Amino acid sequence: MHFDLTLILFVAFIAATLVITAWASGRSGDAASYFAANRSITAWQNGVAISGDYMSAASFLGITGLIAFYGYDGFLFSVGWLVAYLTVLLIVAEPLRNSGKYTMADMLAYRMNPRPVRAMAAVSTLTVSIFYMIAQMVGAGSLVALLLKGSHISYPVAVVGVGILMIIYVVFGGMLATTWVQIIKAILLMCGATLLSILVMAHFHFSFWEFFQAIGNVTYHAKDGKLVTQDFMTPGLRFKLPYGPLELISLGVALIFGTAGLPHILVRFYTVPDAKTARYSVVWAMFIIGSFYIMTTFLGFGAATIMGRDFISKNGGTNMSAPLLAKVMAGDVFFAFISAIAFATILAVVAGLTITASTSFAHDVWTNVIHHGVERTAGEERLVARIAAFATGAIAIAIAIILGPTANVAFLVALAFAVAASANVPVILFSIYWKRFNTTGAVCGLLFGLLGSIILIFIGPSVMGIDAAGVVVRHAIQHAPIFPLENPGIASVPIGFIGAILGTFLGAKDENAVQRFEELEVRATTGLGAEKAVAGH
Amino acid sequence: MATLSKTNGDTGVGKTKWDRVEEMEEFRLLILAKKEFVIPATIFFVVYYFALPVLVGYAPGLMTHKVWGFVNLAYIFALSQFFMAWGVAIAYVVAAKRFDKFGVHILETLKREGYDDKQDGKRGL
Repeated sequence: MHFDLTLILFVAFIAATLVITAWASGRSGDAASYFAANRSITAWQNGVAISGDYMSAASFLGITGLIAFYGYDGFLFSVGWLVAYLTVLLIVAEPLRNSGKYTMADMLAYRMNPRPVRAMAAVSTLTVSIFYMIAQMVGAGSLVALLLKGSHISYPVAVVGVGILMIIYVVFGGMLATTWVQIIKAILLMCGATLLSILVMAHFHFSFWEFFQAIGNVTYHAKDGKLVTQDFMTPGLRFKLPYGPLELISLGVALIFGTAGLPHILVRFYTVPDAKTARYSVVWAMFIIGSFYIMTTFLGFGAATIMGRDFISKNGGTNMSAPLLAKVMAGDVFFAFISAIAFATILAVVAGLTITASTSFAHDVWTNVIHHGVERTAGEERLVARIAAFATGAIAIAIAIILGPTANVAFLVALAFAVAASANVPVILFSIYWKRFNTTGAVCGLLFGLLGSIILIFIGPSVMGIDAAGVVVRHAIQHAPIFPLENPGIASVPIGFIGAILGTFLGAKDENAVQRFEELEVRATTGLGAEKAVAGH
Repeated sequence: MATLSKTNGDTGVGKTKWDRVEEMEEFRLLILAKKEFVIPATIFFVVYYFALPVLVGYAPGLMTHKVWGFVNLAYIFALSQFFMAWGVAIAYVVAAKRFDKFGVHILETLKREGYDDKQDGKRGL
């Protein structure tokens, strides 16, 4: 009766997060407290929260499954997710903290004619956040239904449940509650991954030699039914020629550039008191995230060697590799614990996405684009944000239910990273480092990057493809793909840069933007005039 | 919006505090010091990172060379990326301590000259 225990742990986690939400809502006062947790989060707290915001179910369950099935190629996935943080650390985090207030658009619109740039930046933010959210919700629905198999919780019930919880965190608890949900989730995830790694190594008598011998001799039944023995350290089991290596490079481009343009990661830097704290928080996050991805070696290869492909396929498929490993290693209690962690993982990520999307709608679209930067009544921005959080949540629930549990949603994650890398990052970089850059350039960069990514994904193999009869997860368009790669980064990032450069030279020379460049440069580098932490809360 | 920079922190000598900082020798040195670290560090990590998929994809013979039991070059190179990232991060934190000193100095000079930083800390964007 393992599902009963899983359910109890789910409920315990939900209860704990609701207590936090109640506590946070009691403390919320002004806008800075609702949108930016009073800028009172410390370096280590923000570092842990960034990890909690970033490490999604795709990382925990997806990468473990990929390694379990494809060995080394799955581990290659792990690497880029950490290295990407160097872009955040070296280039984006501190200038953003010094020059913005609540959203990514604050920095992008700083030098420019604010309304068009903000409007485009908001479109990009909402696109990234909502697509990413839908991918998480579909994943959550299937996962919860699978983990609680037998308890009569169906896919739609699970989706609605996750959706309502994320709305409650954000509407009542704001950024403070979201931050603490992310912190708790990250701590749970690290504990779970560490315990699982130790169990795997215990299985091999804590001998790396024995562990890697097993990895070198993984046996499973191939598609044609033959029993094969494969060295899982060999690259190329998943990414095969002709496009495999190019796909990996393109994924790398999307990760390395895209992470620094993910709005839900960027807003975390507004929750700390100053740029120096933002810097240290990235370093904290890098040590946590790095340790986690190194541990995917134990989780993934452990699943491959101890259980094997055949067993995992029969008991729920790739995404169940991590929970199944827990069950095989330590029984139902540990299975319930790891399942609850997977659930917490999803909740923390969708809460981060919801607050990002709703803040961008309230602060960028409502206050600054529609009402020219003026709040007509005190607290209007927060009220709009709460309504927007409710609306985004409802939309995400509806789309996730319409798509259903078998929808192929992996491409939505690729899309989010591609848009972040191709639309947001070129404009962020040029805003800080290119004096001549102007409003037309910013709008064109965002537009080209956004459209380029969307179009390339829709003519790529994630959406287009010819399926054999009887395949459950089908391509949306039954036609051979026009663009060969699932991750369009290698093409869409240059498109974004070209758009920004072309727009700048085609647009009128903007004296104001040039003058404000110096202002932004001073602000971004020295922290002069940056939003201060609110004392006394 | 454009007039904000003129009204805030203006001491009446017709120069904004942004202009004042721009012309400080120390600010130029700070920008230079940052560039001297960030540009080479970025080039280094980007080249190091992309060498992995390029070599694994196009030089599989080299990368499958076994070093210790079944542990091959491809795995060691992938694992080394984690330590590379941590190393660059620590190097940046150490270098940034120097940047912070410049920054504090600039703000102190500004305060001495009567430019007030507190006033527009809350200014809308």
